[in-house]
Amino acid sequence: MIDTSMYKDDPGYNIQEKLDIPYDPTLADREYNPQKPMAGRLTDQGPPHYEQFFPEVIKKNYGKWLTHEFVQSGVIKYTSETGDLMWVVRCATPRLITTNLLREIGEIADKFCEGVCRWTTRNSLEYHVTDEGTLKDLIEFLNNFKHPGGSYKLPIGGTGAGITNIVHTQGWIHCHTPATDASGMVKAVMDDMFEYWNSHKLPAKLRISMACCLNMCGAVHCSDIALLGIHRKPPFVEDDRITGVCEIPLAIAACPTAAIKPAKVTLPNGKEVKTVRVNEPRCMFCGNCYTMCPAMPLADEEGDGVAILAGGKISNRISTPTFSKLIVPYIPNELPRFESVCKIVRNIVEAYSKGANKYERLGDWAARVGWERFFEQCQLPFTEKSIDDYRLAYDTYHTTTQFKWSSHTDKLMKEAGY
Amino acid sequence: MADLKKHDTPLLDELKKGPFPSFVDDLETRGKGGVQCCYDLLGQLELSYVHKETHWKHGGIVGVFGYGGGVIGRYSDAPEQFPTIAHFHTLRVNQPASKFYNSKFLNKLCDMWDHRGSGVTNFHGSTGDMILIGTSTDELEPTFYDLSHQFDMDLGGSGSNLRTPACCMGKARCEYSCLDTQAICYDLTMTYQDELHRPAFPYKFKFKVSGCPNDCVAAIARSCTSIIGTWRDNIRIDQKAVQAYVGGEIPPNAGAFSDRDWGAFDLQKEVIDLCPSGCMYMDGNDLKIDDRECTRCMHCINVMPSALRTGVDCGATILNGAKAPILEGAQMSTLIIPFIKMEYPYEEFKDYVDLMWDWWMEEGKNRERLGELIQRQGLAHYIVDILGREPIPQHVKEPRSNPYPFWKEEEVPGGWKRNLADFRARHLA
Ligand code: HEM
Ligand code: HEM
Ligand code: HEM
Ligand code: SF4
Ligand code: SF4
Ligand code: SF4
Ligand code: SF4
Repeated sequence: MIDTSMYKDDPGYNIQEKLDIPYDPTLADREYNPQKPMAGRLTDQGPPHYEQFFPEVIKKNYGKWLTHEFVQSGVIKYTSETGDLMWVVRCATPRLITTNLLREIGEIADKFCEGVCRWTTRNSLEYHVTDEGTLKDLIEFLNNFKHPGGSYKLPIGGTGAGITNIVHTQGWIHCHTPATDASGMVKAVMDDMFEYWNSHKLPAKLRISMACCLNMCGAVHCSDIALLGIHRKPPFVEDDRITGVCEIPLAIAACPTAAIKPAKVTLPNGKEVKTVRVNEPRCMFCGNCYTMCPAMPLADEEGDGVAILAGGKISNRISTPTFSKLIVPYIPNELPRFESVCKIVRNIVEAYSKGANKYERLGDWAARVGWERFFEQCQLPFTEKSIDDYRLAYDTYHTTTQFKWSSHTDKLMKEAGY
Repeated sequence: MADLKKHDTPLLDELKKGPFPSFVDDLETRGKGGVQCCYDLLGQLELSYVHKETHWKHGGIVGVFGYGGGVIGRYSDAPEQFPTIAHFHTLRVNQPASKFYNSKFLNKLCDMWDHRGSGVTNFHGSTGDMILIGTSTDELEPTFYDLSHQFDMDLGGSGSNLRTPACCMGKARCEYSCLDTQAICYDLTMTYQDELHRPAFPYKFKFKVSGCPNDCVAAIARSCTSIIGTWRDNIRIDQKAVQAYVGGEIPPNAGAFSDRDWGAFDLQKEVIDLCPSGCMYMDGNDLKIDDRECTRCMHCINVMPSALRTGVDCGATILNGAKAPILEGAQMSTLIIPFIKMEYPYEEFKDYVDLMWDWWMEEGKNRERLGELIQRQGLAHYIVDILGREPIPQHVKEPRSNPYPFWKEEEVPGGWKRNLADFRARHLA
């Protein structure tokens, strides 16, 4: 058992009592008075204490688990030193879900799992059961649990040497700076990669992440494959609006490359206003200015699209954590199904699957065979955009005479007439 | 309900096909059930698919009284076409550590969010919060009132403050966990409520807790202070179980490779030869580890979880400074404290946090992450002068290759004030 006695006076320690009382839709309207916002206000209560949501088998075996096994893709069997067994079923969610689906998730938990479920860091859902009969029923239920259009609502998978759920960001569903859509691209890529979602046939686990602008709310920089929305046109400057809607010094300070300078211009109506000018060749299209200043939008149908990075990882297993590297600088937004993104991801996954050793992550494979071979085998053109010219660029220069002959050098040799 | 209006969405309809869960179908089902804003949300997204540009306006400042974060303002730039999403603000709700829930909670939350907002959510945001997407400015205070009074719950962090801490599931399910990750995450969240809700930092700050070096919450890539479990004693070996792996009775890596024929398990090739520190060997039929040389990469334990276990003298390795590439380039967290005991009430850890935050709040520029400040003022300065810790070889991958350290005056005998006349007495000009 877990000792939680030191937290028993915390506000969120006894949430179950609160949850037994039905939601009262009029409580806030009766009690909250905008004129006196402090009256009866409760602040700094923090989150509810986690332990009260654990299923009984976890309360009993907390810290006592001995080992685990993936009995099939998406199903993990746990053995405790107390002799208890527990099975976990992992299913994908698209992260963006409505209360309709959330209620159904709760109903399934009620039916099979004492009402409990859990989400993973990568937005998958997990159910816990303690006997094989219930496990079988739950799996059967989930395999038949579908949306009207035929997609699975909660498909089982995401364990072991396969592709687990894509962590991603808001995209056009809810953000002001995206250069592409997140939910749609994830859907398209995962549909295409579904055979790897529910199987254990890759050389190691493969993590795909997606972020819809350079801010990267989705932590894509250390993924085996990272899909990243990018802008390629500098921001507009709306001279007639800027003074009213933004603090110019903040916009100037926000620019990582110091591309924004204060300026004074005369509007067509003769009025002189304070505004800014962008030194366009210096712009790295990050959108930080727009985050600070709504009069500097940079979204553009032709400018925006997707970059792909690869070969990063987070785990410390065998090799150390590594950043992903830019391998495809730009792909236009192809809506609704992002065909080129899907095709490139597939090429990479298949080349990796064929070439890598057991336990070898994508970036370790690329480093072993050489990045020249990586580009060749993934059928990707190498462009000058993959040569770093940002901060710390020197770290990636090739300061040795050791390299491999590849299609790239073959071409040079031929052109030189050797 | 009478004038429920569904927009044509031919492009999005393509995203109902295929096996992976369709968010379009989910939103449309809810729209069909009488919720116009879900139809409008799809309608506006379709418009973005046509224009290839977002139709959300820049946030604007909205929030709840007394808090500097937890709410993200969002307005449609096509409110006449999509009036029900004209305001569509987001609330971040602090999740319970490691994200276990029960149906009672989910149902009541759904009742609340159906009433106060759109019924659209993210489970979860990248930082870890439950994200409630879509409500109007008028509903923000009542939603917060409901959360705090009817759920004993609270908002998470956004803006220049502590972001909601997150952790892996740790001892709840994972036999690898060297830390009580949930307890640490919960305790830090409760201890630093003020920092979480009221921006006083130069920029965002993140704590993340992983129970072992597999680092399932990506602490090393995503947090200013990464707390990662480790051990000081020996990997526990069950020789009989090792032989069971060799004999093929237990599948390697817990069955993670089950759908492909990789041949019979080869202990030498798959474990001993892949050990990055080369510290494993066979002594007859016994597997041996020179634990002093082990770097605790987890590989052998991952391959043979029924035979090998982490040590029992556990604590955390603390690393600092991960951040996304904007502005100074991406950084991973760098090793600061090789080992620290993490036991309630975590005083030693919190003392270190005080030193770190005091320095960053004093010296950090606006929008400068901790990792950037460390880079600007120097890792050695941070470790030695700020934290008062001894420099050790583990702080670097390798020693610097230039001989230009900045010597301080007090380090040189006699200081820097010299007598020129004496010098010239020895050396003609
Ligand atoms: C300069 C950097 C960044 C800016 C300007 C930025 C801006 C934003 C904005 C505007 C949103 C709101 C999206 C919405 O409408 O819901 C957002 C969401 C979010 N951001 Fe960031 N962000 C930055 C970096 C990061 C980083 C580095 C992280 C994480 C490590 C992060 C994590 C999140 C999370 C968790 C959300 C919630 C929405 C989601 O999960 O998709 N952001 N960010
Ligand atoms: C190309 C480079 C990168 C991009 C685009 C990127 C983007 C992002 C984004 C968007 C987030 C959201 C964080 C959040 O969930 O709150 C994020 C988080 C994070 N990133 Fe990165 N990142 C990049 C590189 C890095 C690097 C190099 C590191 C560290 C070494 C790093 C560490 C983190 C960390 C620690 C978070 C926190 C994640 C979290 O709180 O959930 N990022 N990154
Ligand atoms: C502030 C920086 C430096 C100064 C003032 C400096 C000055 C000098 C001077 C005056 C000499 C001639 C010594 C003689 O009379 O033989 C010299 C030689 C040399 N320096 Fe430097 N140097 C500097 C940095 C460097 C650096 C950074 C490098 C290499 C990375 C370098 C490499 C050399 C080499 C190879 C020689 C020839 C030594 C030999 O004769 O074998 N120097 N340097
Ligand atoms: S990655 Fe960029 S566009 Fe996407 S949600 Fe984050 S800030 Fe918005
Ligand atoms: S997009 Fe980024 S680099 Fe370009 S002007 Fe704006 S802040 Fe500067
Ligand atoms: S980080 Fe380690 S302890 Fe935590 S869940 Fe992952 S493997 Fe288990
Ligand atoms: S944990 Fe890693 S370094 Fe240590 S013995 Fe195992 S494989 Fe070797």
